[in-house]
Amino acid sequence: MVKDIIVENVSKTYDSDRGPVEAVKNFSMEVEKGDFVAIVGPSGCGKTTLLWGLTGLHPFTSGKAIILDKIVDKPRQSVGIVFQQANLLPWRNLIQNIYFPLEIMGKNIKEYKSKIQDLIKSVGLDGFENHHPRELSGGMQQRASIIRALSFDPQILLMDEPFGALDAYTRDEMDTLILELWEKTQKTIVFVTHRIEEAVYLANKVYVMTARPGTNSAIFNIDLPRPRPEGITMEMRYFNIVAEIKRKIVEDVEKQKKEGKYKSQAYSTIT
Amino acid sequence: MDSYDKELEQKVPDFEEKQDTHSKEISNLNISSAAYSTQIRGWKQTVGIIAVAIFVIGLWELLVRVLNVPDFILPPPSKIIVALVTSFPNIYQHLLFTLAELVSGYLIGAAVGLIMAAVLTQMPFIEKIITPYILILVTTPTIALVPLLMLYWGFGIGPRIFAVALATGPMVMINATTGFRRTDLAKIALAKSYGASTFQIFYKIRFPLALPMINVGLLVGGIFGLITAVGSDMVGGKIGLGNRISYYASLARMSNFFAIILLVALIGISIWIIMTIVGNKTTNWSE
Repeated sequence: MVKDIIVENVSKTYDSDRGPVEAVKNFSMEVEKGDFVAIVGPSGCGKTTLLWGLTGLHPFTSGKAIILDKIVDKPRQSVGIVFQQANLLPWRNLIQNIYFPLEIMGKNIKEYKSKIQDLIKSVGLDGFENHHPRELSGGMQQRASIIRALSFDPQILLMDEPFGALDAYTRDEMDTLILELWEKTQKTIVFVTHRIEEAVYLANKVYVMTARPGTNSAIFNIDLPRPRPEGITMEMRYFNIVAEIKRKIVEDVEKQKKEGKYKSQAYSTIT
Repeated sequence: MDSYDKELEQKVPDFEEKQDTHSKEISNLNISSAAYSTQIRGWKQTVGIIAVAIFVIGLWELLVRVLNVPDFILPPPSKIIVALVTSFPNIYQHLLFTLAELVSGYLIGAAVGLIMAAVLTQMPFIEKIITPYILILVTTPTIALVPLLMLYWGFGIGPRIFAVALATGPMVMINATTGFRRTDLAKIALAKSYGASTFQIFYKIRFPLALPMINVGLLVGGIFGLITAVGSDMVGGKIGLGNRISYYASLARMSNFFAIILLVALIGISIWIIMTIVGNKTTNWSE
C-alpha cells in the first residue's frame, strides 16, 4: 500500500512563560492512502500540536514528517484542514467562504464549481449559498468549513477536533456525515479527537497518545464492518473496543502518575 | 515582515471569537462608540426625536417672543431661517470655500493615515516608536498651528487644507491601527494553510477585519476635520464659514451668525450620515 503520511519521531517544544514545554515527544505514525486514522489521548497530550505540525503551519522541533513523498515544511495544496471552530470569514457568504481557498491559490473557480455544488448538496447546505455565517447554525458552519477544506480537492484531510464545539446530537450527525463524505471522496483522513467513542466509530486505526509529553502509547485496529452498520454504536463489540482503549489511557495516566511524570491539565496551555 | 508568523509558529490559535478585545484602547473615543449606538430603529424613535426638536425649537421661538429678547442677544429660529435664505447668495462662496478645504484636507489626511496604519502595523518596532508622536498629533489641537501655517503660506486655502489633513490623518491612523492590530490568528492560520501571501492576508483578512475601526476613524476624522476647517477660517483671511462667524459676531448680527452655525451643523450631520451609511454598507456582517 502507498503511504500518504509518514511521521518519524517528531517532537515539538514550546517556549512558555514557565520555560520550555515539551508537547510532543518522539511520536511516529504511518497512514495509508485512503485510510481513516484517529488520534486520541488525554487532554493536553499534544494531539492538536501534532496535527498542526502536519499542516506545515507549526513546524516540529525535531523529527521528520512526510506527506505524499514531500517533507512537511510549509502548507501544501494537497492537504485540507478542518479546525476546531468553523472559522468562516464573517464578511463572506457561504459560497464565497467555500471558494476562499481557490481564490488564495489562484485557481479557476469554474473548474471546481460542479464538484463543490455536489458536496454542498451532499451535506444539505444547498439553498444556503448566499447566507452569511451569522445566519447559520454551528453545525451548518462546520459543514461549510469541511466543504471549504475539500473545495480544492486535496488528497489529505486533517481534522482537529472538528466537532468539539458542537452539541452531542449534532456531533453524531456530523460523524455519520463525515463517513459518507469519506466513502464518497476516498480521501486520506487524520482525525484528532478526545472522544474515544467517536474515534472508534469513524476510524480504521486509532493511535493512542500518552499524557504530555505526548508520545506513542498504542495502536488499535478497529475491526468493525464497513460501511458502519446502523446501530453499531449500541453493540457490544463496539463497546468492547471503546472500553479497551479507555483502559489503556487510564493505565498510561496511572503509570505516569506513579513515576511522578504526569502533569495535570491545570498546567496545560496547549491541548 | 509578518509579526504574526512567529506567534503562529509558537502557538495554536485559541479559536475563541474575539469580540472587541481592543475596544478599551485610547483610540476608541467616546464619539466613536456613540456613532454606532445611535442608529435609529423603528418609527417610535423617529417620531420621538422629531417631537423633541419641534418642542425645543417651538419653546425657543415662544420664549424669545414672549420675553422680548433683543435679536442681538438671541434671535428666534424663524429669523435665523430668514437670514439664512436671504443672505445665502453672499454666504454661498464661503460655504464652497470651506467645503473645498474640508474635502481636500480630509481626503489627503485620511489616505495618508490609512496607508501609515497599514504599513506601520506590519512593523511593530517602528510602530511603537512612532505611536507617541502620533498621540501628540491627536491630542494637540492642530488649529493651534494655523497662525504659524498662515505666516508661512499666507491666507489662501493651502495652509487650511494642511491643517485639516493634520487633524484628520492621525485620527484615521490611530483608529485604523487598532483595527489592523485586531489580528485573528485563527483566520490568518486559515489563509496561510492555503499558502496565502502577506499581501493576500492583508487584503483578504486583515483589511476586512479592520474595516469597522477604519470606519470609526473616518467618521471621527471627518468631525475633527470640520472643526479645524471652521477654526482655520477664523484665524485669518476674509473667506470661509469660520470667517463669517467671526464677522457676524463682531457686528452683533446674530440671525446671520446663527444661520452660519446652522450650516456648519448641517455639514457635520452630513458627515455623520454619510459615514454611517458607508459603515452599514461595508460592515453589515459584523454585530
